[in-house]
Amino acid sequence: MADFEPVLLARINKPDSHRLEGYRADGGYATFERALKERKPEEVVTQVKDSGLRGRGGAGFPTGLKWTFLPKDHPGPIYLCVNADESEPCTYNNRILMEKDPHQVLEGIMLACYAIKSPTAYFYIRYEYGDAYRILQAAIDECYSAGLLGTNIQGSGFNLDVFLHRGAGAYICGEETGLIESLEGKRAWPRIKPPFPAIEGAFRKPTIVNNVETLACVTQIVRRGNDWFKSLGVPPDPKNPRDAGSYGPKLYTIAGHVERPVCVELPMGVTLRDLVEKHGGGVWKGRKAKSVNPGGLSMGFVDVNAKLKDSDLTEYDIPLDFNGPGKVGCLGLGTAAVTVIDDQTSMVDVLHNVCQFFSHESCGQCTPCREGTGWMLKIVDRMRRGLGRREDLDILVDVADRIGIMPGTTICGLADGAGWPVKTAIRKFRAEFEDAIRQGERSKYAKSLTVVGSH
Amino acid sequence: MSVLTEDLKNKIKAYLPRYPRKQAVTLPALHLVHDELRHVSSEAIVEIAELLDLHPAEVQDTMTFYQFFKETEQDRLGDTRVWVCRGLACMLRGAYELIDHCEHRLGVKCGERTADGKITLEFAECIGACDGAPAVLLDDKHVMDVTPEKADKLFESLGERPA
Repeated sequence: MADFEPVLLARINKPDSHRLEGYRADGGYATFERALKERKPEEVVTQVKDSGLRGRGGAGFPTGLKWTFLPKDHPGPIYLCVNADESEPCTYNNRILMEKDPHQVLEGIMLACYAIKSPTAYFYIRYEYGDAYRILQAAIDECYSAGLLGTNIQGSGFNLDVFLHRGAGAYICGEETGLIESLEGKRAWPRIKPPFPAIEGAFRKPTIVNNVETLACVTQIVRRGNDWFKSLGVPPDPKNPRDAGSYGPKLYTIAGHVERPVCVELPMGVTLRDLVEKHGGGVWKGRKAKSVNPGGLSMGFVDVNAKLKDSDLTEYDIPLDFNGPGKVGCLGLGTAAVTVIDDQTSMVDVLHNVCQFFSHESCGQCTPCREGTGWMLKIVDRMRRGLGRREDLDILVDVADRIGIMPGTTICGLADGAGWPVKTAIRKFRAEFEDAIRQGERSKYAKSLTVVGSH
Repeated sequence: MSVLTEDLKNKIKAYLPRYPRKQAVTLPALHLVHDELRHVSSEAIVEIAELLDLHPAEVQDTMTFYQFFKETEQDRLGDTRVWVCRGLACMLRGAYELIDHCEHRLGVKCGERTADGKITLEFAECIGACDGAPAVLLDDKHVMDVTPEKADKLFESLGERPA
């Protein structure tokens, strides 16, 4: 089978791939200029909606559909917020897009703003991506100099400003309303939805929040057309009228116990096994995989050896599209950040790392999340020190089942993300946890790292 | 006696036209002050609030949400903040051992500043450098594939002699 020819990552190895000159030489911005001259904003919205593009930030909501939620004939201004907070652990594809091909992202922003009639885009970028920030600022400056940003762009009457806004180390700023609160200069406490940002968002105006990779896809969709986009990926399941399909190319990031941690672009739907074995160089050091996290920590874990129902295939063979991970009990595809855990690693240590993250990052607004993530961490911490109790596993699963927007007990989905790894790890690797408790094993990492830090 | 220089105040004011509400300049202002003064004191908060037509409590409210900012002269940041990532992908490739090594080498625990004021060591949650795990941030620049040996060289280049 021929290797897939990258589109989103086509330019990243070219010299000076981040500069305007090279981007234009490769046909960049011709799409935006043509849209300005020849297409109505509503047409661009319709095209993106019909393309089947689903958001790449983790939730997979149909992008064009979200754009249609904006109120018609609103006096405005309408805002676009670019979500470049990329903080889901083990995810780094947005960073690569921004560092290596920032103009592809910027053109997507321009097309999106033109479509939704927004004169201002706030590009919320996490503080830790300092190199990407500086590269983007330089790219934005190039655009202003070239008349691609600013007032009355190329005489079209369309005005657009793009402002970078740096975060300060908080995962919750990746939640769309957390991002908006942070942008507004407040504590990044997510808002209750509804109202959704499209109705009332930044500065109380209609706002669309889109992920960096989603916007890069917008560039390619408007440039190459819907037929191209739909030729890649997985069409909707005909038996499920609510399935929106998994079209297009996807950036998969591979990390953890592999020979080659790398970001690779493939049509949606590659299996976990193929991704790790063919593109990640396989499990490192000649070992075998025990568990894989298929889409960023919030999605939970896959048991590589667990057989699928009525099949000789295992959870290692699931397709990485929007439906695949859900079929084996994971929350979803998430950010498609695949992390491999080998068979010499303790799931207690892994779970401790996960619980530590969510407890630290809980914004604190909702009691079930603030307290629940804390409880889960303390219990797993005790387990890691060899002081686990028989009832711990049931308590952990009980807490994990109760906290979150899906059980209906919190304002945002961080708690769901905290709960899913806990319940999947314990349900799928229960024997290992029970052994650890029974034997009172103390992990070599059992000195707790200080919780107080700068994050 | 103003804590913020005229230059710093002008840099903060330059952000005002970007947003429809002045409060949105809070984070940019905190970053500007923190980068230069290595901490944000109560006096600085009062002056930021003045520039943004906010109550000082509002600025402090925002600042304290992000554990990113150091709030006192005593806790001020060293010349460089070295943060070692402790995300899952980095842990799987030796980050915890690396953190131990750095603490030992610098003679501080995470969150503390070396005696000569050159380095503040921190751990970081996933910094998105998993293709180069274990990874480290020097202020806001990624350094990938950091072995204990590479960390030692890094510290030397920052002027840090072994503890």
